[in-house]
Amino acid sequence: MFKKFKPLISVVMGLLFLIVLSGCSELAVFDPKGPNAETLRDLIMYSIYFMLVIMIVVYVLFAFVIVKFRDRKNFNEKDHEPNIHGSTKLEIIWTLIPIVIIIALSIPTVKVLYELEQPPKETAHKEPIVIHATSADWKWIFSYPEEDIETINYVNVPEDHPILFKITSADSMSSFWVPQIGGQEYGMPGMVNDLYLQADEPGIYDGMNSNFTGEGMTHQKFNFVALEEDEYQNWLKDTQENAPELTEETYEKLMLPETVEELTFSNTHLDIVDHGVDSGEYAMKIREKYGIEVGVQDEEENDQEESDSTDESNSHHHH
Amino acid sequence: MFDFIKDNLILNDPMLIGANISILLSVIGIVFILTYFKKWKWLWTEWLTTVDHKKIGIMYIIAAIVMLFRGGVDALLMRAQLTVPNNEFLTSHHYNEIFTTHGTIMIIFMAMPFVMGLMNVVVPLQIGARDVAFPYLNALSFWSFFFGAILFNISFVFGGSPDAGWTNYAPLAIEGSTGPGINYYLLGLQISGIGTLLTGINFIVTIIKMRAPGMTLLRMPMFTWTSLVTAFIIVFAFPVLTVTLALMTFDRIFGTHFFTLADGGMPMLWANLFWIWGHPEVYIVILPAFGIFSEIISAFARKTLFGYKSMVISIVTISFLSFLVWVHHFFTMGGSAAVNSVFSITTMAIAIPTGIKIFNWLLTLYKGRIEFSVPMLWSVGFIPTFLIGGVTGVMLGMAAADFQYHNSYFLVAHFHYTLIAGTVFACFAGFVFWYPKMFGHKLNERLGKWTFWFFTIGFNVCFLPQFLLGFDGMPRRVYTYGPEDGWTGLNVISTIGGIGMGIAFMILVYNVYYSFRYSKRETTGDVWGNGRTLEWATTTAVAPHYNFAVVPEVKGYDAFWLMKQEKQKEKIEYKPIHMPSNAGTPIVMSAFFFVAGFGLVFKLWWIAILGGIGVLACLAVRSLRSHKEDEGYYVSVDEILKTEEKKEA
Ligand code: HEM
Ligand SMILES: [Cu+2]
Ligand SMILES: [Cu+2]
Repeated sequence: MFKKFKPLISVVMGLLFLIVLSGCSELAVFDPKGPNAETLRDLIMYSIYFMLVIMIVVYVLFAFVIVKFRDRKNFNEKDHEPNIHGSTKLEIIWTLIPIVIIIALSIPTVKVLYELEQPPKETAHKEPIVIHATSADWKWIFSYPEEDIETINYVNVPEDHPILFKITSADSMSSFWVPQIGGQEYGMPGMVNDLYLQADEPGIYDGMNSNFTGEGMTHQKFNFVALEEDEYQNWLKDTQENAPELTEETYEKLMLPETVEELTFSNTHLDIVDHGVDSGEYAMKIREKYGIEVGVQDEEENDQEESDSTDESNSHHHH
Repeated sequence: MFDFIKDNLILNDPMLIGANISILLSVIGIVFILTYFKKWKWLWTEWLTTVDHKKIGIMYIIAAIVMLFRGGVDALLMRAQLTVPNNEFLTSHHYNEIFTTHGTIMIIFMAMPFVMGLMNVVVPLQIGARDVAFPYLNALSFWSFFFGAILFNISFVFGGSPDAGWTNYAPLAIEGSTGPGINYYLLGLQISGIGTLLTGINFIVTIIKMRAPGMTLLRMPMFTWTSLVTAFIIVFAFPVLTVTLALMTFDRIFGTHFFTLADGGMPMLWANLFWIWGHPEVYIVILPAFGIFSEIISAFARKTLFGYKSMVISIVTISFLSFLVWVHHFFTMGGSAAVNSVFSITTMAIAIPTGIKIFNWLLTLYKGRIEFSVPMLWSVGFIPTFLIGGVTGVMLGMAAADFQYHNSYFLVAHFHYTLIAGTVFACFAGFVFWYPKMFGHKLNERLGKWTFWFFTIGFNVCFLPQFLLGFDGMPRRVYTYGPEDGWTGLNVISTIGGIGMGIAFMILVYNVYYSFRYSKRETTGDVWGNGRTLEWATTTAVAPHYNFAVVPEVKGYDAFWLMKQEKQKEKIEYKPIHMPSNAGTPIVMSAFFFVAGFGLVFKLWWIAILGGIGVLACLAVRSLRSHKEDEGYYVSVDEILKTEEKKEA
């Protein structure tokens, strides 16, 4: 009868080995390029070791009982004891062991949680660069308030320098994630979440919005570009001197639900609106202004022509 | 009116036109068959107006299997889309609708009704009762679930489906989604939620009040225990859902601003309320599954359940904890390290009682004499498979690590490992196990084994690679990806596994047909020969509508097994049995709920009001007639004698 379970066990084991083997090499989360992602990778590996031990113990016990006690021709009646009701001793043991494991997993988890609230230790002496990361359906807007520049759908940072991302959203809730650099954080209208990240190696890393925000969500990606310090300084200077100004009209267009290419500006939107406070009203107003259908419509509204889209009574529901 | 139908009937998509036509043809076919064979009256008196808990259970299960088909087709469409990069099989819009309906249908309209169907069939029998506490209410529960499901499902061909995920997060579900889709979601869930809440109340009262003499709480079978605890979770969790759905319905239909972006609504409040219900919901479908496995493992290992008391303690503990962990859905919402630490620990703590159960099952197998028939295969296969869901659940519970898993395919793989290896395996196991009780014959064992192996292997091939996709940064709910992402290989493997599961489902359906034709009819009540609990003590394979001719007396845990040991054969005196009469109002009233719901979805007020009046009228009719309906009728001693003699000598 063990033969019956062999396919299952070998499929599971085979794929598990795949996880462990390929795991440590190329998969983004196991190929960190910054201290935060490295910390998380270590925590994940630590937990995987525990889980593998648990799985091996249970699988061995499982294989043993189903092979030994399967009903078969030469089944030894002595092996069958139908009336065992329990064993307090055993039950206490397998209550205590998981408790110990949970404690062993909780301690580093809590430690890492507190650690990630601070800039990375190795570069704690450097003043973090502040970058606002705002998602607006379906693009990422990065504002450098100190440097007074703004980029869309890509963000340039110097290597080995702590960056403080201030994450928010102009409309729906999104999630800012660059797997090789660190863990994700939600961006919500009217709120700001802090996330320290740092890149150790120059390179281009995939960043995205991993939280569902509707039709364009799949394409809401950005490049997280880590540059060498002088390259970064050159880029800053070049952008400040040569990039076009972000006008209010251009910014309004960014509020419309569409994807756009990479863009660069020599000022920020922060004078126009602060999404960390705005809680979404601004984007909704702009959409209405441009006649974009927002959410549910009354039937009368559907019937009416575009001409009365500025009508007060009509705008009541949707601002 | 004609314009309204023309505008909403989806006719611009070949796939959906196909669906429209096949739905129409099936309806015509069913109507034709019923008319041709003059079965309308039979259908009405035997099924549509029945208050027999076993028939209601069977209807739940049939509906759930149909929904499994619908949800499964959705799943395969998604897998088809994701197999190769830059695929244009589905548009983003369609993909979003499909994963939303897939998730919602699988959880609300497949998993939950399936376990409720099994509960309905089995629990009253297991406690030696003639019926549930409120048979009339039970029919209402079923029909409101049923019409809620229909309302949700017609969105597919009429007006457009919801597309904001099964979590339906605001503000996306309000300001980000046009059309009636989200309204379908809100009203479909609301109507079926009424049924669920009523079932919760019904089963609490049934289990507490209607146990046969001698069945103390600590002699109740494990499945009854898990059903009781589940019923309590339902009663505490579902009112939250009711209110939450109602608030968003106001936002969408009456222009209030509870969860909107505009006018100071609080979108995050939706997320919190949703998961305060949503996390316990997961345990509503998993705890009864644990009960089913316990029964089957002990039956086919021919041993009493190991550690019964610690099993009971652990399910009660799990049910408490299930209300204390919802914040783990928001580890990445910028909560402080302190908050995340607390919820991280409560979340991981659920692994302790769950682990206890796994070891108790293993020890139940230990020193057993294990027979691998199909229900046992599912139950034994559950252990190694579910373990993967369990350990990855602990990994997700580590809040800091979750920063890397959240919203990724790692999560998708994890919850499928718990929902499928837990709930779906249990549904299959229980379905096959109790099939003879419901239909009088077993399902074919060989075909059953094929189903098991195709499904289990297909399942692992489908979902194990997704853990790796998660580690490689593939977010969930994306409708496509590029070749440069490097996710192609694993996605291809995953789709192959999905096809395996689809084949398994077809074999299962064929098995139902095949066994109906060719399986030996069972006459004994204890068809597996291994029955330990009272459902196997009824006279015939299909329990008579009054369940027990004489209420059994319970002398300990594993009541029926103990009876078999004693083998006393006294002469039994039968007495007439009182049973409730059929009722037509539950189905009519639920149909009016549907009408009202449909009216609200499209803001067609006159239809909504018509439906509302219909519901009120049904309530009035019921109040006026209840004394008559509740009188019920008596089953004569003659009839009992006849039924009981059918049992083989
Ligand atoms: C039978 C084979 C199944 C396959 C191949 C399958 C496949 C999938 C796929 C491809 C997704 C979309 C993932 C994404 O884009 O985020 C998904 C989502 C989901 N599935 Fe399944 N699934 C299956 C069965 C089930 C079952 C049995 C349940 C529940 C009992 C379930 C519950 C869900 C849920 C809740 C979601 C999330 C939907 C959302 O993101 O809103 N699935 N499934
Ligand atoms: Cu928030
Ligand atoms: Cu949860």
